[in-house]
Amino acid sequence: MTTTTVSSPKEFSKALWKIWTWIKKIPPVYPVFFIIFITLGILNPTKYQSMNGIMTFLRTASPLAVIAIGEMLVLASGGFDLSVGAIVTLVVLVSSKLLANDPANAYPAILTMLGIGSLIGLGNGLVVSYLKVPSFIATLGMMLLVRGGALYYVGGAPQGYLTDNWRAFGRNYIENIPLFGRVPNALIILIVIAVFSYIIFNRTNFGKQILAIGDNVRASQLSGVRVRLVRVITFIICSILAIIGGVMIGGYGGVNVTIGEGLEMQAIAAGVVGGVLLSGGKGSVPNAIFGAFTLQAIVNLLNLLGLPKPYTDAVQGLIIIGAVAYVGLTSQRKK
Amino acid sequence: MTAATATENRYRRILHSIHIPPVYFFLILVFFAGGSLDQILADGQIFSNPAIMLNIVVRSVALGIIAVGQSLVIIGASIDLSVAYTISITAVMSSYIMQGDTANVPMAIVSVFAIGAAIGLVNGVTITKFKVNPFIATLGTSLIIKGIINATFSNYTGSVPKSFEFFGYGTIGSLPVSIIILLIIVAAGWFLLARTKFGAHLYGVGGNAEVARLSGVRTDRVLIGAHVICSMTAVLAGLFLVSQMRSGAPWVGPNGVYDLNSIATTVIGGIALSGGKGGVWSTLGGVLIFGVLETVFNQLGVNPYLKTVLQGIIIVLAVASYTIRSKKEAA
Repeated sequence: MTTTTVSSPKEFSKALWKIWTWIKKIPPVYPVFFIIFITLGILNPTKYQSMNGIMTFLRTASPLAVIAIGEMLVLASGGFDLSVGAIVTLVVLVSSKLLANDPANAYPAILTMLGIGSLIGLGNGLVVSYLKVPSFIATLGMMLLVRGGALYYVGGAPQGYLTDNWRAFGRNYIENIPLFGRVPNALIILIVIAVFSYIIFNRTNFGKQILAIGDNVRASQLSGVRVRLVRVITFIICSILAIIGGVMIGGYGGVNVTIGEGLEMQAIAAGVVGGVLLSGGKGSVPNAIFGAFTLQAIVNLLNLLGLPKPYTDAVQGLIIIGAVAYVGLTSQRKK
Repeated sequence: MTAATATENRYRRILHSIHIPPVYFFLILVFFAGGSLDQILADGQIFSNPAIMLNIVVRSVALGIIAVGQSLVIIGASIDLSVAYTISITAVMSSYIMQGDTANVPMAIVSVFAIGAAIGLVNGVTITKFKVNPFIATLGTSLIIKGIINATFSNYTGSVPKSFEFFGYGTIGSLPVSIIILLIIVAAGWFLLARTKFGAHLYGVGGNAEVARLSGVRTDRVLIGAHVICSMTAVLAGLFLVSQMRSGAPWVGPNGVYDLNSIATTVIGGIALSGGKGGVWSTLGGVLIFGVLETVFNQLGVNPYLKTVLQGIIIVLAVASYTIRSKKEAA
């Protein structure tokens, strides 16, 4: 009798403590995202509390999430990839010319773009690994090269439009799915990519090697990691994901010369909001995805509040700094 | 005999003490390669017309001024991505305050420098006190400034009085004022780095912040100081650009890609992004390479998009020319 009365509050507090330590382990990006998303739901219930509205939101947020996964891998390996924005511009502009307004060309065009994407990634990786140019500069040069090349190829303006079947990846929904109603193609692409990259990043040697390189190049080299090979493959994955993201963005956004501008910064910011260290050695696929979702939710929230576009930039800047400062200060306290 | 060897030794010592950064050899290479191409394919003005030579330098003034500030920040192992929009806000605000009236010039200059100091202070404090990665911190400030100016100004605003155009177009003797200012800024940057305590501390912070802190350097203050100076150079560059354009527009900074270009010239000059090494004279070499390339492309009438492609390739090759010998893996 006495033992149960004494031990049960103790056990209760123990259980509470356990839950608390478990809660503390949740990366801050999830509560932040859900708070913003719930605010959206309160402000505009018809749009953000219906399954339809949530799916529309996920359609716009998925491309950035795909790009952010690739960028996260490069960041985790200790590098930067500044060329992803230019790659998106390239996808949209060059596709508009390759398609020649004929739907039959859509799949060959996408395959060609994926091929070009792997070449861009290969170029980035080789320049960083073999010419030993810091990735900040190497991918900055690649950004200029890709953007200039794309604009040169199409003569400075989009040639033709993107056919509907090309745009289906980013724009269309799969209708009549039980429980969800309709699911955007973009979300399905994101889920497939997320699962694959999660497995590669968390369950394979290659994933561990990316983190090892980011943490300490010399140590991983001495323990037999083929640093250059891993780095080249990481850059190739990043560029290919940027191509896929570009197809999705072009799908709902249409042809626009400035479509990819600033995306590299957004992708990096998404990774950082998701807890990636820019010095490398840390990263997570789901956190990067939710980092991207958070950024998109912030943009939607600011639009909903009726702030003009310029202020959206300003508030986004503030929030990015705030998120990183929070992560930096909390991790410092742990030390 | 002994006297002869003594003087010889002295000459050798002087020659040794003049350490020319390797970037200048690359600069000369680019200049002669570009000039020869110009000779063969175009009218050969680069070699024959001194005005074009001078123009190469004038073209580099704005970038050169910012690159000095950027060099300081990068030596401190930080980075500043907000310089482009600092230029924009300077251009717009100064031209808005001046309204074409000489009486308003001092007021305008004081206020834009105050804005610049505030931006640098915010950058520095966010990086040092809030431990935000410099890349993200300055990207954030840059977004904030971008938002503010795009919300307030959409096009050319105000104008610059005739007297203020002296800054951009005036000459003293046959030398443009702008070149003199560039040289003064570079010399000041050199003095700050090589001859003052602040400079020595900055190298320490960039090399190893923890070691510097343990040996008594107030690392935070040093880095905040470097950021304030960097923003000030951006303000100066903005004033120079607005005096050339005669009116400020919000797209001046981002259109010139001054953020990434200033970082690229710094790295081409040989300053490692990891900090702790380098100097401003080498950065000047990097800036002049950009100026030469721009002039050569103009002379040859290269398609603007192709120009971007070539610029990308040349930046990477220039940096590769020294990194390739390094034994360390790059990241």
